[in-house]
Amino acid sequence: MITTLAAYFQYPFVRYAFLVGILIALCSALMGVTLVLKRFSFIGDGLSHVAFGAIAVASVLDIGNEMLFVLPVTVLCAILLLRTGQSAKIKGDAAIAMLSVGALAVGYLLMHLFSTSSNLAGDVCSTLFGSTSILTLTKTEVTLCVVLSAAVVGLFILFYHKIFAVTFDETFARATGIQAGAYNLIIAVIIAVIIVLAMNLVGSLLISALVVFPALSAMRIFRSFLSVTVWAAVISVVCAASGILISILSGTPVGSTIVAVNILAFGLCSLLGRLARR
Amino acid sequence: MLQLICHNLTLGYDGQSVVRGLSFTVSEGDYLCIVGENGSGKSTLMKAVLGLLPPMEGTIAYGEGLSRGQIGYLPQQTLVQKDFPASVWEIVLSGFEGRRKFRPFHTAEEKAAARKNLERLGLAGFEKRCYRDLSGGQQQRVLLARALCATEKILVLDEPVTGLDPVVTAELYELISDLNQKYGVTIVMISHDLEAAVGRASHILHIGEDIFFGSRQAFLQSPCSRRLFREGGRA
Ligand SMILES: Nc1ncnc2c1ncn2[C@@H]1O[C@H](COP(=O)(O)OP(=O)(O)O)[C@@H](O)[C@H]1O
Ligand SMILES: [Mg+2]
Repeated sequence: MITTLAAYFQYPFVRYAFLVGILIALCSALMGVTLVLKRFSFIGDGLSHVAFGAIAVASVLDIGNEMLFVLPVTVLCAILLLRTGQSAKIKGDAAIAMLSVGALAVGYLLMHLFSTSSNLAGDVCSTLFGSTSILTLTKTEVTLCVVLSAAVVGLFILFYHKIFAVTFDETFARATGIQAGAYNLIIAVIIAVIIVLAMNLVGSLLISALVVFPALSAMRIFRSFLSVTVWAAVISVVCAASGILISILSGTPVGSTIVAVNILAFGLCSLLGRLARR
Repeated sequence: MLQLICHNLTLGYDGQSVVRGLSFTVSEGDYLCIVGENGSGKSTLMKAVLGLLPPMEGTIAYGEGLSRGQIGYLPQQTLVQKDFPASVWEIVLSGFEGRRKFRPFHTAEEKAAARKNLERLGLAGFEKRCYRDLSGGQQQRVLLARALCATEKILVLDEPVTGLDPVVTAELYELISDLNQKYGVTIVMISHDLEAAVGRASHILHIGEDIFFGSRQAFLQSPCSRRLFREGGRA
């Protein structure tokens, strides 16, 4: 088994996939804690569908580097969703449902109408569930992913205490002069970036799992914001790494394997949490 | 020295007014109690004072050395989720965020001040405890310590004893009086409990049908207070 793995790791694309997978897992877990606690996880879900629609449009327009189109569109939608979510008059969740289902339907329609690919169903399936795409990353995509992940981690550390304050009690934060709106915006933009990055790894339908599961697992056991954040990151990285290895060895789809490992980890953490509370 | 001057305020939501024609002032070291029926607009007034809700009419001015972001605040109900993972220490330190601007780490002075505030509220040794495992009274004291980290000048408390048992309620009132008398922190407290409020406050603001603002003595002699006490002591 080790020799098989060693053989695989001689190929640069496998090493790239591994590196990208771990970085994405790290970023999504860091933001996942805030997302879950702020009840923003549905925004992540909505945005992943938007990203799917954007990819469809990009492929129809035949844009060379899809990420350069998908990223700004998703960031824009993140800002829009946050705005509507905060206005009391328009129900935020309805707006998100509209946007996400709409993007999904229109995206598929466009792909159906204009795609020149002979394997449309396969294309759609891989965009939704992730597939071998992570193994075909170009060097530019890997570089972009490394730079963006570094930016996400950097921003998170820089604003860690502010993010905690805004997450724990937004009203108090506002009352004491924190620009809560600006931090919500930063959070939304970071989420959008993570979702676009994670599309490559697990596909758009499974992104939410990557964001939500590590945070929920860590919350079963740990009881301070810092420890939950750190352990969510650790759990997420371990799950992503083992998921990628398993999928290489057994030929299962990368995305769903990673999610399956995350589900296992969640079960384990719930069990440990219960035992510890006894 | 005047810290807060509210003049002819009309407050409300979406063009519907809740409170009309409200004027009052708060000076340094005052203990102002705001009383009034449920739904009379006490929490609304608080939001306006904190700058979270723009007044429909009238003005709110802050005195010298006080600006909008320098008011410590204890919300009516902190809508913290039951399972939010946060230690006492993390919550108390978060009181500094408003004034810290862009420095990513806490200074030694801030940590010392946080520790002092925990001590003042009888929470020394609670730093590592998880917020959600504390009793209601302890949780309120943690939030008070956080508010003190945000400012030493003026604390705004919205029904801080809701849901606490009588013993813990008395303790919390005692602590708040202490902050006011020993440390000179101005207190603006919304209260449901007329007797407790009148017992400790230096000034009373009653909002509702009849608006009253004045010192405690003036309030006790006013027709407003006689009517309220006749109705059973609950404002
Ligand atoms: N966010 C809001 N939007 C619209 N109306 C509100 C809002 N918050 C409170 N109100 C209304 O304003 C009135 C005063 O509420 P509030 O200030 O909470 O009263 P109190 O704190 O004195 O019990 C109530 O009639 C309430 O329904
Ligand atoms: Mg109220």
